[in-house]
Amino acid sequence: MNNGSALIELRGASVRFGKVTALAEAHFVLRPNERVVLVGSNGSGKTTLLRALHGQIALHGARRVAGGREPTQAMVFQRPFLLRLSVWHNLMIALWLAGVPARERAARALQSLERVGLADQRPRPARVLSGGQQQRLALARAWGVRPRVLFLDEPTASLDPHAKREVEALIEAFAAEGMTVVMSTHNLGQAKRLATRVVYLEAGRIVVDLPTALFFDQSLPEAAAQFVKGESPWQ
Amino acid sequence: MAMKRRFLSIALFALACAGAQAQDKFIVMASTTSTEQSGLFAHLLPAFKAASGIDVRVVAQGTGQALDMGRRGDADILFVHDQVAEEKFVADGFGLQRRPVMYNDFVLIGPQRDPAATQGKDITAALAKLAAAGAPFVSRGDKSGTHAAELRYWKAANVDVAAAKPKGYQECGCGMGPAINIAASTNAYVLADRGTWLSFKNRADLAVLVEGDKRLFNQYGVIVVNPAKHPHVKKDLAQAFADWVVSAPGQASIAAYKIGGEQLFFANANQ
Amino acid sequence: MAAFGESLHAAVQLVVGLDAALAGVVSLSLAVSASASVLAAGFGLAGGAWLAVARFPGQRALVALLNTLLALPSVVVGLAVYLLLSRSGPLGDWGILFTPSAMVIAQTILVLPVVTALTRQLVADAAHGNGEQLRSMGAGAFMSALLLLLHERLALVTVLLTAFGRAISEVGAVMIVGGNIDGVTRVMTTAIALETSKGDLPLALGLGLVLLAVVGAINVAIALVQRLHLMREGAAR
Repeated sequence: MNNGSALIELRGASVRFGKVTALAEAHFVLRPNERVVLVGSNGSGKTTLLRALHGQIALHGARRVAGGREPTQAMVFQRPFLLRLSVWHNLMIALWLAGVPARERAARALQSLERVGLADQRPRPARVLSGGQQQRLALARAWGVRPRVLFLDEPTASLDPHAKREVEALIEAFAAEGMTVVMSTHNLGQAKRLATRVVYLEAGRIVVDLPTALFFDQSLPEAAAQFVKGESPWQ
Repeated sequence: MAMKRRFLSIALFALACAGAQAQDKFIVMASTTSTEQSGLFAHLLPAFKAASGIDVRVVAQGTGQALDMGRRGDADILFVHDQVAEEKFVADGFGLQRRPVMYNDFVLIGPQRDPAATQGKDITAALAKLAAAGAPFVSRGDKSGTHAAELRYWKAANVDVAAAKPKGYQECGCGMGPAINIAASTNAYVLADRGTWLSFKNRADLAVLVEGDKRLFNQYGVIVVNPAKHPHVKKDLAQAFADWVVSAPGQASIAAYKIGGEQLFFANANQ
Repeated sequence: MAAFGESLHAAVQLVVGLDAALAGVVSLSLAVSASASVLAAGFGLAGGAWLAVARFPGQRALVALLNTLLALPSVVVGLAVYLLLSRSGPLGDWGILFTPSAMVIAQTILVLPVVTALTRQLVADAAHGNGEQLRSMGAGAFMSALLLLLHERLALVTVLLTAFGRAISEVGAVMIVGGNIDGVTRVMTTAIALETSKGDLPLALGLGLVLLAVVGAINVAIALVQRLHLMREGAAR
């Protein structure tokens, strides 16, 4: 490890599905307390990079973690998979899978639900919740395992504006508590609001990797500039 | 998951019933479809149970299969009708002793208008005429006692069905009832035992055409399976049945069985 | 055509008369097939779920074999089990040939591929989109399979019903290993076969109608249970 404080590092990481290269020679270092936002069009490799960092996918190249031990991680997806059980049971199962000891589980579950404002929904079947509520439940599931790193794959893409704001607020709050966040999004406004660092991908390659302020002010490579223009209606 | 609990209790109940039955005194008897389908056992076995307290569980198949069952040791006693095969069974050491029990007779059944002109008292002549006329004939073709008898009659009529099947000869590989069913549906001739015929309901256009020939006499025998070959065989219980069925009460019960006033089986254990 | 009218009449007579022998035959049919379905479920649900999420060389071949076994003829199963349980066979000492236990074993073997293959398909489809999320939460292959089973429990009821239908309607296996012994191993299907071979076609058809009615009643009951379940879930909105 070159930098002692890096949480997760990828070196020359490539992911291929048959003939398609989803990620090509990615170098990426994730440091504590960063809020990284990945942007790029569909198929650019954002999701693959997330999965590679999260260790969920086989890759060529190297993936290293601090001290050789996996930090506690959780991932939130665009459409959360909720079991056909109550909100409460979904959370309890998640905590159980993460190895939370039995005597702490109920307390933590309650705490997590209160954190996202779903405590009163405990007995209801998880699948009858609204889209925004379901995503908040997913966040509660993640928060409950006390992750060091939180990955999010377009978490607000399917939500209405009100729900979007609620979820964003929660992500911001988690980051403020010290969670390292890596999130992919189509929404550049979201990137501007949340990120400390913005990464632009194209055809499986990391093309731009800059602190937020620099990303939005500096002159970017042609394709990246086009992308930014295309995606930000206020310019 | 309450559904699963309910199923489980039914399952346990079923297994318990099976277990409970193991407690009663019973023997497994391999017999023929003709005896079962004639209804004789429904009449005879309750009388035996009343006299001895022993349940007789009948597995009804063709004589050939019944003998195979005896050889495998899956039955305690046999009640079949193919004297030659039975005597071989005993000679090979699979059975203790063959005792004659009763006889019934075979009849040649066919369409009422009798296109092959078989009607009469001579089975050999009838079959020869059948072969010559190429009339449809259903053979059981299943190694049963009836099938064995049928082949003997063809041989006596100088028709070699193995070498050259007569036109119209069909083998169904089935029991007596199904064979008569086929004959009824296709207006064919068929050799049947009187017992099955009398209790058969789907007669369509069929009638008895040849009967009374002494050669149509069909002898039944009872054999206890040899415990030397299969030690688990319930020899004493099986012997109790063999002894009873050839004794006066057993023979009387056989003689008393009638369908529509007509006696089916003639007890001849002491002849 | 007259035969159908007679059969309907025979069927009604049987049911209304509460024929004791018929009641015995019906309850044995239900007990044997239900037991077999439950046993098959025990192995098949776990096996099918595992097969859906596990990755190992030869997995595809195993799945192909499983799907082939769906077409296993009941007589073949009956014959195989008979040879196993025969006194001259390897398990002869169990002494259960020609008893309901043998019939349960034969039917369990018969419907096990049904439960396993259908469960595998169900869980594989559920895992397709969502397996990754379960993995991300820390569930291994086996745990994912169990959670997906729990998740799809309503659909699994249909799977069990299918198995039960296959079991209660088959005649080949129970005839061979049960022997159709009056009062001991006679079930609806073997009774129908017997009456048919005795030429009593209206009675045979009548028994067939009774069998359909019994299975129909069970299906209606299960549909009601599912409807109630859905209503409760909807009411919670």
